[in-house]
Amino acid sequence: MIELDGVGRTFTVRARTGRLRRDTRVVHAVRDLSFEVAAGEFVGYLGPNGAGKSTTIKMLTGILTPTSGRIQVAGLDPSRRRTTLARRIGVVFGQRTTLWWDLPLRDSFTLIRHLYKVDQKVHQSRLAELCEVLELGGFLDKPVRQLSLGQRMRGDIAAALLHDPPVLVLDEPTIGLDVVSKAAVRDFLRGLNAERGTTVLLTTHDLGDIERLCRRVMLIDHGSLAFDGTVEDLRATAPEGASIEEVVTRLYTRQAG
Amino acid sequence: MTRVYVLLVVTWIRAAAQYPVSMTLLTAGSFLVTGLDMAAIAVIFSHVGSLGGFTLPEVMFLYGASGMSFALADLLFGNVDRLGQHVKAGTFDAMLIRPVSPFVQIAVERFSFQRLGRVAQAATVLAIGLAHLHVPWQRLWMIPVMVVCGIVVFTAIWTIGSSIQFTLTDAGEVGHAFTYGGGQLTQYPLSVYGADLVRAVTFIVPLAFVNWQPGLYVLDRPDPLGLPYWLRFLAPAAALVLACVAALAWRSGLRRYRSTGS
Ligand SMILES: Nc1ncnc2c1ncn2[C@@H]1O[C@H](COP(=O)(O)OP(=O)(O)OP(=O)(O)O)[C@@H](O)[C@H]1O
Ligand SMILES: [Mg+2]
Repeated sequence: MIELDGVGRTFTVRARTGRLRRDTRVVHAVRDLSFEVAAGEFVGYLGPNGAGKSTTIKMLTGILTPTSGRIQVAGLDPSRRRTTLARRIGVVFGQRTTLWWDLPLRDSFTLIRHLYKVDQKVHQSRLAELCEVLELGGFLDKPVRQLSLGQRMRGDIAAALLHDPPVLVLDEPTIGLDVVSKAAVRDFLRGLNAERGTTVLLTTHDLGDIERLCRRVMLIDHGSLAFDGTVEDLRATAPEGASIEEVVTRLYTRQAG
Repeated sequence: MTRVYVLLVVTWIRAAAQYPVSMTLLTAGSFLVTGLDMAAIAVIFSHVGSLGGFTLPEVMFLYGASGMSFALADLLFGNVDRLGQHVKAGTFDAMLIRPVSPFVQIAVERFSFQRLGRVAQAATVLAIGLAHLHVPWQRLWMIPVMVVCGIVVFTAIWTIGSSIQFTLTDAGEVGHAFTYGGGQLTQYPLSVYGADLVRAVTFIVPLAFVNWQPGLYVLDRPDPLGLPYWLRFLAPAAALVLACVAALAWRSGLRRYRSTGS
């Protein structure tokens, strides 16, 4: 469902180093990254700050064009076929909403129905279902800017799934959520993967997400893949009895050193 | 494309219609403010009688036609110069995950209905000018052509200015200064400005095609600068070329887009 082959992405940054001097520096956000995610998998994408997780997600969705390598998502090259891919993928950015700030949630959903050309009947039943599981009923008529973070996040997740995509990628979907909202989002994602067979890739800094949701974990550091395996494999990298935090801390610091 | 455009416009108007008083006031306000422009021209004429050899109705015609192009382009696509803000704020990412051209999305975002005030004002001036001009009907066809070409030219220039912002987000105001300056320039007969400027404008920036050359055709006047007659029919070609350049600039900008770090 998702295939990366030797993918790299660099950014040229200009920094002022003196009064007139400007140095250009090349940042390798992602380098020589290759992995595959099969249909129906639930993958956690871990890594310290600045490791290249968001950059990867943006390349998978066609927002960023890779500087090297090949990507295929749902059979398409994201940067070349971005608008076609949009119909087959759902995207959630936890840090920033993809909804229209001034529109009530309900209008955003109607707009999405038209943009993705979803049939009215199909849309109604899908929306009703999402409203029920994600408990959106209470704030459907509020403009997005008035929603709390947890409400907005649930709205964003619903919006990403209205067109029933086979792949869902989420960049930190549980950031800033309280325990109850977090549990609701996790339950929902688990159900989505189990019942509809949706392929899910999510990045997170919350190891609870990994423990409770992901069968497979990928760990990226300084732009390259440092670990890829099951949660049990991940635990096995540390002495018996270590908590998941300790396991991940070991991996993060080992890579940095 | 058009379907999605209309759909987005309707959605934004509905959102704005929740504040009907503010919408009406803004529309009326923009009608009045742009009306002041015309008042200024009328004041000039009360002193000099003609401007660069053109009578008041002729100037009203030129002003009205270019005003129509500008106002319609601004109404339909004026928002593209907000691209820089979206790129800086990181909100442009959200437009790229939808199955619709980001150009359309950005053009209609918070569609400003009140810009219709300026369209109405330009249409009024154009109508008054034409009523006093007795243009033979065989020449009238050029008027819609020049307005449409003008819309394309203005939109293309905005788009090129915006495409630069994909890489150079600091250049936020480049496109804006360019067009608003351009809008002012074509609102007075070009012969008011020096001949050199006019040559440069005719050949380098095809803005002169917006209303000057086709305008001379409609008014059936000799070119004060003696430029060849066939230039008067070049507006569609100029618009087409500029539109192609704009499309290329937009596409290459999009490929260079680098999002934000967080
Ligand atoms: N638009 C950009 N311009 C310049 N550098 C960038 C840009 N986007 C990302 N980077 C750099 O690329 C690297 C990877 O960034 P990325 O956002 O992918 O990290 P991340 O793994 O998502 O981190 P976090 O956990 O903090 O969200 C960082 O060093 C960052 O500074
Ligand atoms: Mg990130």
